[in-house]
Amino acid sequence: MAVLLLAEMAGGALALDATAKAVTAAAKLGDVTALVCGPKSAAEIAATIEGVSKVLVCEDAAVAHGLAENVTRLILDQAQGFTHIVAPAGNSGRNILPRVAALLDAMVMTDVTEVIAPDTFKRPIYAGNAIQTVQSLDPVKVLSIRTTGFDAAGTGAAAPVETVALSAVSDLSAHVEDKVVSSDRPELTSAKVVVSGGRGIGSEENFALVSSLADKLGAAVGASRAAVDSGFASNDLQVGQTGKVVAPDLYIAVGISGAIQHLAGMKDSKVIVAINKDVDAPIFQVADYGLVADLFDAVPALTEAV
Amino acid sequence: MKILVPVKRVIDYNVKVRVKSDGSGVDLANVKMSMNPFDEISVEQAIRLKEAGIATEVVVVSVGEKKAQEILRTALAMGADRAILVEADTGDDIEPLTVAKILAKVVADEAPELVIAGKQAIDNDMNATGQMLAALLGWGQATFASQVDVADGKASVTREVDGGLQTVSVKLPAVITTDLRLNEPRYASLPNIMKAKKKPLEEKTAADYGVDLSPRLKVLATEEPAGRAAGIVVGSVDELMGKLKEQGLV
Ligand SMILES: Cc1cc2nc3c(=O)[nH]c(=O)nc-3n(C[C@H](O)[C@H](O)[C@H](O)COP(=O)(O)OP(=O)(O)OC[C@H]3O[C@@H](n4cnc5c(N)ncnc54)[C@H](O)[C@@H]3O)c2cc1C
Ligand SMILES: Nc1ncnc2c1ncn2[C@@H]1O[C@H](COP(=O)(O)O)[C@@H](O)[C@H]1O
Repeated sequence: MAVLLLAEMAGGALALDATAKAVTAAAKLGDVTALVCGPKSAAEIAATIEGVSKVLVCEDAAVAHGLAENVTRLILDQAQGFTHIVAPAGNSGRNILPRVAALLDAMVMTDVTEVIAPDTFKRPIYAGNAIQTVQSLDPVKVLSIRTTGFDAAGTGAAAPVETVALSAVSDLSAHVEDKVVSSDRPELTSAKVVVSGGRGIGSEENFALVSSLADKLGAAVGASRAAVDSGFASNDLQVGQTGKVVAPDLYIAVGISGAIQHLAGMKDSKVIVAINKDVDAPIFQVADYGLVADLFDAVPALTEAV
Repeated sequence: MKILVPVKRVIDYNVKVRVKSDGSGVDLANVKMSMNPFDEISVEQAIRLKEAGIATEVVVVSVGEKKAQEILRTALAMGADRAILVEADTGDDIEPLTVAKILAKVVADEAPELVIAGKQAIDNDMNATGQMLAALLGWGQATFASQVDVADGKASVTREVDGGLQTVSVKLPAVITTDLRLNEPRYASLPNIMKAKKKPLEEKTAADYGVDLSPRLKVLATEEPAGRAAGIVVGSVDELMGKLKEQGLV
């Protein structure tokens, strides 16, 4: 068994946490070769992840922005001899892996939360209201890993790094620009503490209440779909079925009702705190600590108390 | 320019899904079914492109049981011109690879310049069909779109990515998949619902396209997720802080 793992990139650098978590899952399947679309420096960091036996790096500008057509070509160039093709289930893996799978005439398995056997996996369906165990009948298994289900592999290894080339550049699509939201806060999907705000926050200005609490706690900031749609928070902060999935040690939901689509993205957090003025809000059904209060009183008081 | 919009009939997003006690799947008997919410966004986008004079025809297509006609009628009532039902009634969810193979045949017949699919079906949560279709057609893809501008044989698409937004330019024909922020779908008015009854709805079967429906993923079990232990209601911010400190969380 041999696994080709597409390393996760963020802004031209290796996303170490997501990649190292996917390595833990991939190592259960076989010998892991990591593929880095980016600079050598990123490949050298990937080479330190325990469980990675080799790193392939492609520095071609055509794959630098994760364009699906080109990255798919690169993966297929290298796919010979691999039984599994794996990536973390971020938006990059979600974009690319189904394209790879279709060209291998295989059915992709997305958001895998558990490896049962090299051909058998668990994945959530219906916004996590059911967990399916599926066995792949395809010769090559293509799957994305929901990283919250796995601990990050350690670092300290020194795998060899080999440069590979892209066999052909596609002109079907072209990268125009990235509008990256930069912040000094921890990254949402790997943070130990997350403070999320919902529609109850009321406005973009008021969202500072959430950010201030997060900053005091050294936490990442998240949001419900309603908060993003209303323009209180940027799209990359949406937690849920169709946004990011998080499982921090502490998740604080402020002014969020707890729709199933939101719960799908955070109900595996270790400790959940809910602050909501509606005692009947469904978020209280998953909360370890519920505080029925007006957030405009409770959040400043909590920020003060930390 | 013709636009093809694949739409899926799924459990309504407001329904609380229950796993059958024998572990054979989820209970879909007598629950409300609707058009996949992302597909409403796709239909809306296609209609807007037509209203803007960029598209000339919007064709919607659904693969599944006969009842999928209901959501095709909804799409026609929203403003789509024509519908195709590809009946494929296996009693199970049809996998994205199979759907993509059928859609590729429909594309071969219809020759659209743009396919606008949803990013994800909210039942299987796969997020795969659009990408697979693009692969099978050898077309470019622009997934998770929050803005689409079509001009000069290209689509400029702003995509929702992990770090924020990314804009790509994709040559037509292409496949676009829609994200939540792209638009707010309209409701079908009563007169339009009446008019939609007269719009053409062509019925085909998967066999017409010669696509094998057998699944590649064998479902061994469907279970309830692990539940959470009941929590407590705290009376004040101080009490909350006390609990969090006790657990070493703050
Ligand atoms: C296809 C689809 C995908 C979706 N994907 C996602 C997703 O990924 N993530 C997601 O979050 N949602 C998603 N949703 C939306 C989801 O269904 C809910 O609409 C959304 O989560 C609601 O956000 P909210 O809890 O912030 O808003 P609301 O449901 O409006 O809740 C606001 C809460 O704030 C409380 N509140 C108001 N004022 C105060 C105050 N002063 N003090 C204290 N509390 C107050 C209210 O009591 C209420 O409970 C999706 C929906 C669809 C159809
Ligand atoms: N059975 C189907 N019939 C028509 N379109 C479908 C079907 N299944 C999936 N799709 C399309 O593919 C998108 C993504 O679905 P999925 O890959 O299953 O998450 C949906 O939003 C639809 O646009």
